[in-house]
Amino acid sequence: MYGSTNLSEEDARRMNTTVEDPEKLEAFEARIARGEKIEPQDWMPVEYRKQLIRMIEQHAHSEIVGALPEGTWITRAPNFRRKLALIAKVQDEVGHGQLLYSAAETLGKTREEMMNDLLSGKSKYSNVFNYPANTWADIAVIGFLVDGAAIVNQTINSKGSYGPYCRALERICYEESFHLKQGHDNVVYLATGTKHQRAILQDAINRWYRPLLHFFGPPDVQSAHSEKLMKWKVKLASNDDMRNQFLDMYVPKILELDITFPDPNLKKNEDGIWEFSDPDWDEFKRVINGDGPCNAERIAVRKFAEEAGRWVRQALMNPSEKYQVPLA
Amino acid sequence: MNNLAIKDLLLKMADDALIIGHRNSEWTGIGPILEEDLAFSSMAQDKIGHAQALYSILHETFGEADADTLAFKREEKDFKCCQFVEQPIGEYDFSIVRHFLFDHAELIRYDMLTLSSFQQLAQLARKVKGEIKYHVMHADIFVKKLSLGTEESKARMQSSLNYAWHMALGIFEKGEFEGELASENIFAGEEELKKRWLEKITPILEAAGLKVPLTEDSKIVYGGRKGFHSEYLKPLLDEMCEVVRSDEATAEW
Repeated sequence: MYGSTNLSEEDARRMNTTVEDPEKLEAFEARIARGEKIEPQDWMPVEYRKQLIRMIEQHAHSEIVGALPEGTWITRAPNFRRKLALIAKVQDEVGHGQLLYSAAETLGKTREEMMNDLLSGKSKYSNVFNYPANTWADIAVIGFLVDGAAIVNQTINSKGSYGPYCRALERICYEESFHLKQGHDNVVYLATGTKHQRAILQDAINRWYRPLLHFFGPPDVQSAHSEKLMKWKVKLASNDDMRNQFLDMYVPKILELDITFPDPNLKKNEDGIWEFSDPDWDEFKRVINGDGPCNAERIAVRKFAEEAGRWVRQALMNPSEKYQVPLA
Repeated sequence: MNNLAIKDLLLKMADDALIIGHRNSEWTGIGPILEEDLAFSSMAQDKIGHAQALYSILHETFGEADADTLAFKREEKDFKCCQFVEQPIGEYDFSIVRHFLFDHAELIRYDMLTLSSFQQLAQLARKVKGEIKYHVMHADIFVKKLSLGTEESKARMQSSLNYAWHMALGIFEKGEFEGELASENIFAGEEELKKRWLEKITPILEAAGLKVPLTEDSKIVYGGRKGFHSEYLKPLLDEMCEVVRSDEATAEW
């Protein structure tokens, strides 16, 4: 759900009622069906552009807001190896934000407009970053499982139809695979470490379990669908499919470390589908609508950065050769 | 070779790099533009890497504790960094001014050390110099752009320069072994470094329209090299060591 493909009811309605030039639409859909990429200068339906902007922008915001919970642990990382890895990792996330804002800009919305919409609450970012990172073990779990979930989502989306987004995602996935390695290494150290280390790891897994199930969005039966988004290769897999793929890849890796999940009903069926208890989808909705444990704090930090940095941006936008020293 | 003299030099350089790296890393996520987040993160990684390399020489050649122990398990009074690097990041103008003043000194210091008779340090200096060159390029660009930008940015840069000046001069606080280091061709000394630094930065600051503050010797902030620190180092170390101290000493992270 870095870049969520879930539609609001309003969007879903518009998606099915907006009328496009039938000839252009047919040619556009034929190109996508042939597996061609759509590039910025190409014709595209209004709703295609709109949904892509929303999705890429949301993804970009997720990257820069996601840098905040981890960023606060850079100064506390316990040794050189972890400190250097964590700075590099968080730097990658901010770099992904930069890359994605640029991809979204190709569709006609400026970085400044996107930033303003983030701060006003108009644009969303991934819910998972509205939870706190309480201990060093949270950094291990975020690095391994949140990045793991992100890779599932982004690898699928990188097969989409919009060229600039796909290319950004390919590079992002390449970097994320290193994040996963450092996260896994960190998890293994804690799991095989002292009593205290195992205890903080177990506590972190207990707290992150539900947000991770929420990560891929509501169950398919509850989400607003759009066949068009699938046909246009904006959405490529269902929420439930992605969630199942994630559980299948990562649950065994945690269990083999003798760490448990706080859900007695978590198990894999014979048909390969994972079952789990209801992760409280009302909570998911509350957090999306601004009432999560850290929503206010995250936006406050971004606002602080925007406001504190305004004079720098103004000075940079003001070419030095034009500057006139006042006479008096 | 005078081991005590070399150890003293290595330790203060490593502590400077570690603490300024820590401060640089605090910009991650809150820079004025994304590109500056990325720049400060890169510089933080370089600095912390330099600290690690210098501590490693102390460990491998002089039998001191390993790099992680030196960085994460020493007390405040054992640190030999200058007080300038301990200061909080403040607003962006202070961070840029400090970055400019400190990194010019670093570049010249490492340049001088490429000629050191202590081969391990000379080798490391050749590598590090190549990295700090980019830090200095970044600092020069931003000092120029912000000092010639808007009236507000110009005023901020001048006022931060005034504020930073006497702390920056504390970088060149003389150690106990200046004579030994110079006579054995290990390092030409802080006085020589300061002279070259002033010659280098003065024209850059003037070209950016900034007034170089007058130096009053009595105002120079000394003490760091002898283990006397500002009120900011202790909380910084407490934060840095929080995880390490949370568990038994033998825990591996």
